[in-house]
Amino acid sequence: MTLHIQALLRHGDDFQLQVDTELPLQGVTALFGRSGCGKTTLLRIIAGLERVPGATLRFGEQIWQQGRSFVPLHRRRIGLVFQEDSLLPHLSARDNLLYGYRRTPAALRRLHPPEVCAMLDIEGLLERRIDQLSGGQRQRFALGRALLISPQLLLLDEPLSALDTQTKREIMPFLSRMAAQSGVPIIMVTHAPDEVERLADRIVFMRDGQIECIESLGAALARHDSPLFADEGAASVLHGMLGEAAADGLRPFGPAEARLWLSAAAPVGTRPQRLQIRAQDVSLALDDPQRISIQNHLKVTIERIDPIKLQHVLVACRTGDGQLLLAEITRRATQQLQLAPGQSVFALIKSVALLE
Amino acid sequence: MLGLSPADWQAIEVTLRLCLYTTLILLVIATPLAWWLAQGRSRTRVVVQAIVALPLVLPPTVLGFYLLVTLGPHGFVGRTLENMGLEHLAFSFEGILFASVLYSMPFAVQPLCEAFSNLGRRPVEVASSLGAGALDRFRSVIFPLTRGGFVVAATLTFAHTLGEFGVILMLGGSIPGETKVLSILIYDHTEAMNYAAAHRLSLMLLIFAFITLFIVYSINRRFQVARA
Repeated sequence: MTLHIQALLRHGDDFQLQVDTELPLQGVTALFGRSGCGKTTLLRIIAGLERVPGATLRFGEQIWQQGRSFVPLHRRRIGLVFQEDSLLPHLSARDNLLYGYRRTPAALRRLHPPEVCAMLDIEGLLERRIDQLSGGQRQRFALGRALLISPQLLLLDEPLSALDTQTKREIMPFLSRMAAQSGVPIIMVTHAPDEVERLADRIVFMRDGQIECIESLGAALARHDSPLFADEGAASVLHGMLGEAAADGLRPFGPAEARLWLSAAAPVGTRPQRLQIRAQDVSLALDDPQRISIQNHLKVTIERIDPIKLQHVLVACRTGDGQLLLAEITRRATQQLQLAPGQSVFALIKSVALLE
Repeated sequence: MLGLSPADWQAIEVTLRLCLYTTLILLVIATPLAWWLAQGRSRTRVVVQAIVALPLVLPPTVLGFYLLVTLGPHGFVGRTLENMGLEHLAFSFEGILFASVLYSMPFAVQPLCEAFSNLGRRPVEVASSLGAGALDRFRSVIFPLTRGGFVVAATLTFAHTLGEFGVILMLGGSIPGETKVLSILIYDHTEAMNYAAAHRLSLMLLIFAFITLFIVYSINRRFQVARA
């Protein structure tokens, strides 16, 4: 299933959006770029909220816009979730949740209130007035409401950016659960690298109204000049299963040949989790040091060494289970240890973050 | 009853009929017009907005004069109607109804326009994405969220039509049961030095106008309180 978009939009002289692309739509696609790069405009064009003359929009076999034909939003079956609170103020929480479900023909309903309520943990809140819901709860209702039209495509416009850090942390697990369980392709606008690392399968990098490139998350994290690293530095994302806690409470992550230990409250799942490791938190050693407080030592093989700043290099290493781990170290250290591609070293990992 | 003569009652009946029809017609016309005006600030919209607001500044006699000229037997509209085998509109209830609709237009359009602007586009976009078509959106989202605007528009239109005098005098004259409304009758009573009759009707209108405005301002206040 792909989404074909071809559009040219001018707003006066200063801004234009020029897109001609074929987007694959499995899983989560992130539209990533700085504010003003046109990602929200692109999302509104896909939704049909911005009608660009001459644009072409095809979703699989369906023609949404071409020449003079234009399918309005209410017939596209797109779930939309906005940045800020968008619950309808005159309706109760329950009526908000069911607004779209009631308008979806029974034959097209694939998701039903009980499973969506369970997925988003909102069963207990249905009878509330919406002014009795917290920001995070409202956003969960907005997500559930969009899911209940059994959409063919879900568009999320920075669904977390209006929330405080605490609430963001509360919503994140629901978003990733929704992405994994609903089976609906998602396009999500964001400018936050950690949201991309947590949720995205593929990234559309946008800049000045154009698409720079479309990459898988793995590919985007493998290059040292990735725009994802521009603000907060390089990071790697490891995929693996989280195991049962040991006697002291620490929990194993990943297979034996690349085992990490971490403390996490997340349940023992059946699906792989993502772990984020900042390149700055990874040191390299030629031998496995024994008398050291750092618990996570991985035997890795150096694949590439890229200079990133004047004094620093980014070392791309392969872990025992074939995943990519980035370490940011100084040039001086590289020379002292005589590091080179192909070499086997130990990566000492100071801290990891489970991306729930 | 209330010391009113049959002629008074007839004028009251004509007046209420005129106010009611004007209000109903204007709600139907003003809703789409106000929605369109609230969508942006293009040049065409500004021109239309200015035209709609004209009755606010023009002397009613000017509007009445032009309507008489166009709707009467020698005017463009009146003559066309007569050629089609119908009657011209001057000195008829239909004529003053047409005039009232034009004359009270700003009082229906402006509150609605403001209510629609305050609503913003988000609730409407949300409803579209959830599968609601245009009429469904109006019924289930736009109307419930702008209900206050509709109440204000309807009340102001009704009340303003009640107070109409100049336009009706110019276009409708003073035909009992057809165009003789309360304001004209009060004028006639006064002309005839029948002050007691004029006073009874005047006081009724005064009280009615006060109650109407009281309702409108209470609703406006509740709106502001709710929004704050």
